[in-house]
Amino acid sequence: METLWFMVVAVMVAAYVVLDGFDLGAGVIYPFVAKSTAERRMVLRAIGPVWDGNEVWLLAAGGTLYFAFPQLYASSFSGFYLPLMMVLWLLMLRGIGIEFRAHMDNPVWQGFFDLIFSASSALLAIFFGAALGNVIRGVPLSQDGYFFEPLWTDFRVGPHPGILDWYTVMAGVIALVTLTVHGALYVVTKTEGELNLRARKVALLVWPIQVLLTVVSLIATYSIKPQVMDNYREHPIGILIPLVVLASLGAMLWATSKGKEKPAFVASALYIVGMLVGAAFALYPVVLPASTDPSYSLTIYNSAAAHHGLIVGITWWSIGFVLAIAYFVFIFRMFRGKVSLEGGGY
Amino acid sequence: MDSALLVHRLHFAFTVTFHYLFPQLTMGLAPLIVVLKTLGMRRKDETYNQAARFWARIFGINFVLGVVTGIPMEFQFGTNWSHFSRFAGGVIGQTLAMEGMFAFFLESAFLGLFLYGEKRLSPRAHWWSAVAVFLGSWLSGYFIIATDAWMQNPVGYERAADGSLQLSSFWALVLNPWAGWQYAHNMSGAAVTGAFVMASVGAFYLLSGKHAAHGRIFIRTGVVAGCAFSLVQLFPTGDGQGRLVAQQQPVTLAAMEALFTSQPGAPLVIIGQPDVEGRKIDNPLLVPKALSFLTYRRWQAQVQGLDSFPERLWPQNIPLLYYSYHIMVGLGTVFIAIMLVSVFLLWRGKLFNARWMLWILLLSLPFPYIANTAGWMTAELGRQPWLVYGLMLTADGYSKTVSAGNGMFTLLGFMGMYTVLGILFLFLVRREIEHGPAAEPVSAH
Repeated sequence: METLWFMVVAVMVAAYVVLDGFDLGAGVIYPFVAKSTAERRMVLRAIGPVWDGNEVWLLAAGGTLYFAFPQLYASSFSGFYLPLMMVLWLLMLRGIGIEFRAHMDNPVWQGFFDLIFSASSALLAIFFGAALGNVIRGVPLSQDGYFFEPLWTDFRVGPHPGILDWYTVMAGVIALVTLTVHGALYVVTKTEGELNLRARKVALLVWPIQVLLTVVSLIATYSIKPQVMDNYREHPIGILIPLVVLASLGAMLWATSKGKEKPAFVASALYIVGMLVGAAFALYPVVLPASTDPSYSLTIYNSAAAHHGLIVGITWWSIGFVLAIAYFVFIFRMFRGKVSLEGGGY
Repeated sequence: MDSALLVHRLHFAFTVTFHYLFPQLTMGLAPLIVVLKTLGMRRKDETYNQAARFWARIFGINFVLGVVTGIPMEFQFGTNWSHFSRFAGGVIGQTLAMEGMFAFFLESAFLGLFLYGEKRLSPRAHWWSAVAVFLGSWLSGYFIIATDAWMQNPVGYERAADGSLQLSSFWALVLNPWAGWQYAHNMSGAAVTGAFVMASVGAFYLLSGKHAAHGRIFIRTGVVAGCAFSLVQLFPTGDGQGRLVAQQQPVTLAAMEALFTSQPGAPLVIIGQPDVEGRKIDNPLLVPKALSFLTYRRWQAQVQGLDSFPERLWPQNIPLLYYSYHIMVGLGTVFIAIMLVSVFLLWRGKLFNARWMLWILLLSLPFPYIANTAGWMTAELGRQPWLVYGLMLTADGYSKTVSAGNGMFTLLGFMGMYTVLGILFLFLVRREIEHGPAAEPVSAH
């Protein structure tokens, strides 16, 4: 039962990163590919009707985590107090950057909201990557299952690390690069003309960096935590995951250079899912490793809610999940195709 | 201000109070927009559609702020109240997760369609998108109320071996009788806000001689809805909620009323300043025996005063609780008076020319916000010193690993951020009101 909920939470996090990832990425490339006001509005229109729904996956994943693993939610949220609060501020700035820009007549303020939108998108990508880095590296959990991590200590990976050290900063940069490409490929699918060409150029330009960093990150993870290979050794089928990651990287380049827009975006989504599943597979059944004493680590067994609640949850969660998928299919179909500047909004 | 407990309490109180200024209007406006759209479809009158579009724009601005200030609420359960989450997450995690799965997805998915999809959809499909947004926002309200109701009146739980709580009955949690009354009272309160805001903007247009056709629609819709919901606020919902408090939290009732001594035939205090140290009320204006009657439907019924309970179980801030409650009830009574007179004038066909009444409607705008906020303060201050009534003290629930200094750092951050958001909100809404409902949206340029 705990394993099932571990997978559910992983699926929801992956859905969040793939979905909100493309609008975060669109925010990152926004000032570089969209030069004119018309082009900026095109990018905003490409994400406008869906960004809020995408962000709900974060809330729903958080809610599901809270419900299924209350101990994990309590420990990690209080331990990552400062960066999470900053994430909240960035999410706020980004939301008003997207939505209120359209309400501003003055180009000065439009430029200001553009900057807010783009900068908060980039910072959020870095923060989320660093968060994942922290979870993989481990945190200074004490015996009672709590910890508090300062923003930084000495930038080294040790028993008492900060939120930021060389490893988590690297994870943040990988997330930024990954979502930049992901967002660029999304903008490619939704636009035409100059904007489309520029977004494609960004994707092709950043792609080699993404490949390089993927390899570097795998080596770095193994070097700070050789245990990540244990699950892969025990269940060799797991080797398929890195193969999927590599194959999707290849497919991204191939599809983008051939002008196959949607397959390129799907390949990027697959890459993200592969990276996340790979990390989850390596950690399982640990959900928050302790850098202090491995026996303090939070696992799905010592942090899950009681059995009855988890059983009840499966029923309503399945209904809710099917409904959510149905809404998303409906909305994405509704707003399918390339965006134009006709009609109201943004 | 140096205790971590105080900082964490202020942190939640500040962020949730600011947050709830926005959902109360979205939840209040959503059904009214559905009404306007329905009338527009039935009567084939474009004025109603323009009116609906105008309020959809206000709704949209409001919704964005509701979303961005709402995300911190879910996070704070873990960041600032981790010991509470560890203790109670096995139970209230259910309702909070369901809010995400059932309400937020519904609401956010259809909001885009509702705000920007009118040209892509048939009128009927667009009407359905408005209904979906209405349902999503009201469903979201239910899950939050069910969570709070569980903290007020914990049901459907059992203790696990490690002392934390776990779910024993899903239906008991979801159908908590406390949630039923609290939901009805809260949603009707939100509808009062929506109705007053709509009537107030309508009054502004009539008084300034602009957009008169729309202004009349706003006033008519606002006043009729406002009258109905103001009455529902008092009876049955306010009455039902009050009697639940009397039954389950008698010490809270005594503190709300500042009833220091137990007595038969207890009076109702209309006005007066509680002096907790002196165990008395200064300058009281009393209705004899009314409290006994309202609580137990008998004029001579015995009502327990604060002296029946040990002092450690008293809500800590009795004066603030007392004022919150009295401000809520006092304003609620004034709302009924305003709306009854307005509906009477509307019925006689005199409202649109009664400038004095239009002025009253215009200036009444902030008061439903104050009343709703005061109502929530009554509920939450009244629950003290408990975080989960009878099970966990507030002093035991906050994050022990997050120091007062770190808490204050982010509290100040939120204060700064919310000041900017508040100014931006007022600026944008004023712009929409100035621009008016007749023309195309200002945002399309």
